[in-house]
Amino acid sequence: MSKGSLTRDTRHGWVAGVLAGIGDRIGVDPLWLRIAFVIAAIATGGLLLLAYLIAWAALPAAEGGPAPMARFGRSSRGRGDWRVAVGAGLLTLSALLAFRQLGIWWSDPIAWPLVLAAFGVALLWVRSPRRSAPPADRPAAELSPPSPSAEAPRKRVGSRLAEQYSGAFGVLLVVGAALLFLSSNHVLGGVRDAALTGVVVLVALALILAPFLWRLGRNLAAERAERIRSEERAQLAAHLHDSVLQTLTLMQKRADDPREVASLARRQERELREWLAGGGASENGGRSLDSELRAAAVAIEDDHRVAIEAIVVGDCELDARAEAVLGAAREALLNAARHSGDTGPIRVYAEIDDAGIAVFVRDRGAGFDPGAVPEDRRGVRESIVGRMQRAGGRAEIRSSPGGGTEVSIEIARESAAAKGGP
Amino acid sequence: MNLPLPTVVLVDDHELFRAGVRAELEGLVDVRAEAGTVEEAASATLRERPDVVLLDVHMPGGGGVEVIRQVARTLPAQRFLALSVSDAAEDVIAVIRAGARGYVTKSISGEELADAVRRVRDGDAVFSPRLAGFVLDAFQGEIPEAEVDPELDRLTLREREVLRLIARGYQYKEIALRLSISHKTVEAHVSAVLRKLQLSNRHELSRWAVERRLID
Repeated sequence: MSKGSLTRDTRHGWVAGVLAGIGDRIGVDPLWLRIAFVIAAIATGGLLLLAYLIAWAALPAAEGGPAPMARFGRSSRGRGDWRVAVGAGLLTLSALLAFRQLGIWWSDPIAWPLVLAAFGVALLWVRSPRRSAPPADRPAAELSPPSPSAEAPRKRVGSRLAEQYSGAFGVLLVVGAALLFLSSNHVLGGVRDAALTGVVVLVALALILAPFLWRLGRNLAAERAERIRSEERAQLAAHLHDSVLQTLTLMQKRADDPREVASLARRQERELREWLAGGGASENGGRSLDSELRAAAVAIEDDHRVAIEAIVVGDCELDARAEAVLGAAREALLNAARHSGDTGPIRVYAEIDDAGIAVFVRDRGAGFDPGAVPEDRRGVRESIVGRMQRAGGRAEIRSSPGGGTEVSIEIARESAAAKGGP
Repeated sequence: MNLPLPTVVLVDDHELFRAGVRAELEGLVDVRAEAGTVEEAASATLRERPDVVLLDVHMPGGGGVEVIRQVARTLPAQRFLALSVSDAAEDVIAVIRAGARGYVTKSISGEELADAVRRVRDGDAVFSPRLAGFVLDAFQGEIPEAEVDPELDRLTLREREVLRLIARGYQYKEIALRLSISHKTVEAHVSAVLRKLQLSNRHELSRWAVERRLID
């Protein structure tokens, strides 16, 4: 919210850099602000110059260092805010006197209300950041212009009462100033008076409430951050409960079936890894050969209670050729899962580059003599080798009794085939 | 084959796991000391000067990488074999580049682990199939000619072939048979790849490892 506090830009400013600072903050060329300021200053009979003076006093320079007002307050700790407030009041008074001397003047009765209001507002502002700003919220604390915020941490609970007192006093002063202003203008009477009353009361209220609302907004932001943190914690707890704890309970119940236990542990491990890696969803959203191969391995792992270790280098979209490779690889995995027995993990290695796709499925199972393939495996074999031939690639099954089986599946990529073909 | 058993210091912050590994390696290697923290590991290694330090990657206080760094100040030739539950490329690449001579996952069997320890003791590199896959992946992409240090940033065709076979689950002797080369030559290729992995300035290597984390 507070992207940077309002500061005076003394390098680009003409006088004290107030307008340059404001322009920089709201993204408007200061030149327009200056023109507008001069016109408005003339139109209001010079009242705006007073606002400029206050802004100069209240805003810290962009190059660092506190606002002149804050510097003034810092010279004596502890009761600093009173001095700042008195200073603001005196500053206002002197400005008014200067205007009067210059002939820019309306009526005497508004002088005291203005001075009192400046005093009260200064008290409220100086006090506001102290109460709630946590140390981590430093940028926000700097947002309150006249605050000698560097001293905030040194203040202890003992000064709370004084702060509250000065706060209440500030409110009283502003209200009093408004009332004084109204009574001095009482002569005007009638409808205009009523309208003016409304406006003045509103302005006074806004002045009183501004620091409070500011603080409220900051506290709300802090609360929201805290709520997000605790929600994350709850989510983590819920996840661990649903997954890890459930699995551990299940594993205790099935302790007599080592294969089932191993399968449960493996599945849980995979889930947890995916979750730790950030959701486990394929990051490009679409179906790629890499993610589909892994998914096939996971599904067969779960169905057949075997361990499959898949290593995939490179990736490509799932076009017709990749689809054929995927289908053949799935068959090879199923075959290995059914026949290899309990002999260590089945390994899938896939290498995908611009030229082609190669997938190897290897198990260290019993193996078989390719010359004496039993009927039931010939079909499987056909579904791997035949499929790859139809797609324009090739597959090969190497096996020897006792030496395990390896199915290698290879195909050229469509782009590479188009380039190299007739 | 009657060489004395390789001496080992076992480093892992989980006592339960250390006990498990120790039991599995019973009679295959000589576990001289165990350590559960980075400091313990460094002092035990300097005291025992084992053939191989079996090193967990994730430990409080900097992990395996920090152990390697501390020991290397005094014993630059000390051999480390990383042993981790993590398959994340980041971790693998980091510990290999710190100086470990191999990386195996904790799911490895006792016999395979003992074999890996022996190979590291003999100065060879130990690549798990997954590590081989990582290396192939990391060295796969094209990089502009001008940036290539031909000595370090590229794998030779033969090295690729060897790595590919490791990734497919072949053991060294099977690879030797398959490629009609000697066992020693296979080991030489793997050691060359390890050296490239450790020394290459290939800028993709670290970035690749971090990106890879999103997928694995």
